[in-house]
Amino acid sequence: MNELTVEQLQQKAAQLRRDVAAMIGPGRTGHLGGACSLADIVTVLYYKLMRHRPEEPRWPERDRFILSKGHGALIQYAALGDMGYYPKEEQKTLKDLGSRLQGHPDMLKLPGVEANTGSLGQGLSIAAGLAAGLRLDGKDSRVFCCVGDGEMAEGQIWEAAMAAAAFGLDNLIAIVDINGLQATGSIRERFDTRPYQPKWEAFGWHTIELDGHDIQAIIDAFEKAFQVKGNPVALLAKTVKGKGFAFAENNAAFHNGTMTQEQFDMAMAGGAQ
Amino acid sequence: MSNLIYSNQRQAYGEELLALGAKNPNIVVCDADLSKSTMTYPFSQKYPERFFEMGIAEANMTGFAAGLSLAGKIAVTNSFAVFSAGRSYDQIRQGIAIGKLNVKINGSSAGLSDFGDGATHQSVEDIAIMRAIPNMTVLVPADSPQLRRMVHWMMDHAGPVYLRICRNNLPEICPADVDPVRPAVMMEGSDLALVACGVMVYPAMQAARALREEGVSCRVINVPCLKPFPDEEVARLCRGVKGVVTAEEHSIIGGLTSAVAWALRGSGLPLEAVAIMDMFGQSAQNVEELMAHYHLTDRDIVQKAKAVLASRS
Repeated sequence: MNELTVEQLQQKAAQLRRDVAAMIGPGRTGHLGGACSLADIVTVLYYKLMRHRPEEPRWPERDRFILSKGHGALIQYAALGDMGYYPKEEQKTLKDLGSRLQGHPDMLKLPGVEANTGSLGQGLSIAAGLAAGLRLDGKDSRVFCCVGDGEMAEGQIWEAAMAAAAFGLDNLIAIVDINGLQATGSIRERFDTRPYQPKWEAFGWHTIELDGHDIQAIIDAFEKAFQVKGNPVALLAKTVKGKGFAFAENNAAFHNGTMTQEQFDMAMAGGAQ
Repeated sequence: MSNLIYSNQRQAYGEELLALGAKNPNIVVCDADLSKSTMTYPFSQKYPERFFEMGIAEANMTGFAAGLSLAGKIAVTNSFAVFSAGRSYDQIRQGIAIGKLNVKINGSSAGLSDFGDGATHQSVEDIAIMRAIPNMTVLVPADSPQLRRMVHWMMDHAGPVYLRICRNNLPEICPADVDPVRPAVMMEGSDLALVACGVMVYPAMQAARALREEGVSCRVINVPCLKPFPDEEVARLCRGVKGVVTAEEHSIIGGLTSAVAWALRGSGLPLEAVAIMDMFGQSAQNVEELMAHYHLTDRDIVQKAKAVLASRS
């Protein structure tokens, strides 16, 4: 899987976006926007950079992906299902009573999910502890933690940021999904969590800014991050909420939105470019 | 009872942590700048690589411990009970309990035991908070010997555990050879059952002795595990008596009394309680003064016992 070209990864990301839309379905509500802003990053991680074994989800040497912004779960579900962590047919059971595909990720239910997240602000602490624990055992596994830009209003993010820097956790990489929108609208018009780069730098992190939808730029940013020693790294990824579906792009209504049949058909027809 | 030995649960906890740390390299300890009070300090000095000073940031400490457990560690968090159960409630609920992670949570200086520091530092509701979370185990040791065995039990037990630790010296009352988490009959009796936990077990025994002088025979039951609550065992141990008095250094809401009332449903047994009646604590110059103020003494247990008996006649 490491051999996928940039073009193939782009196609994969588009497919995963369609899988997300299909999981939600027409007339039903789901967190489409924040899943799509992450699609390219998640694709690069799962299909190119992360060391993991879909046939052995608890492989001890694996890299870990912690989705601190747990409402982005659908894009992780799409990748996990596509890679064979669970049967892809199960995707149509999303949020059904008894389904392994919960509204937010559940580590005891779905193989490949590493932690229970969704109460925002907590995933980075978990990721930092996980990175510290892996380092104690001398493992070279990396921990990737995806944080939302709205989520950065949670104070615990900054407690975790301080701790990760204090402990020099260079096996921890945070990806900040800067899509500019939270549930009720524009972040800067509500509770402005900016500026990002000076804040993370001040908290002792190495930062790398990038376009979170440029596959090559994402790969390059991670490769640079892997070279950093002694500090955790924050990838500050500029993204578009709802990316790939014209009706959802930069539209806060699709933070947790409902597609009409027409919108759904558009999405299935390859609305993702 | 002049030959009683008094010892400190915090001290005993620190010693057991150190001893277990030597045996089990998988034990990792986190503290939030209270290590000299929670007594994790000796562990921090002996095993610095397995000790994380998390700063004054309990929420992050708790999430961090969840991560350590995901890496296969037995992670132990340490702070005062008000903070362990209060400040970290959501981190315990979301990050630890839903996933049944192997994190041990030390609620130190619990109840009113931090007598000088006042309401902000006195946990009157920590047991209720922890009991309300699915998948949690809640342990309340009555003395240091029980605590020592509980610490071992807790490290062998897979899953989240909340351990409530008293700040002050307590008389050693628990026999060495009993299961540290099962209900235990401390004194035999037939008229009333006095069901107590933690620091209230000894006052319950004193109350039983005083009542014996007045011709009332009391069975004193120490219930160290508040969750999962041994409903059937407690109901069985209360069988044959005329009434029950509970005693806990905790709010009347959500602690031992609530659990006992549910366990005894349908039994028809009259029930009275010695507990904190839905109030916050306050500062005092010593803990005895506070316990008297909130009616948490052996004399209060005697009074409630008489009230239960009176309700039967």
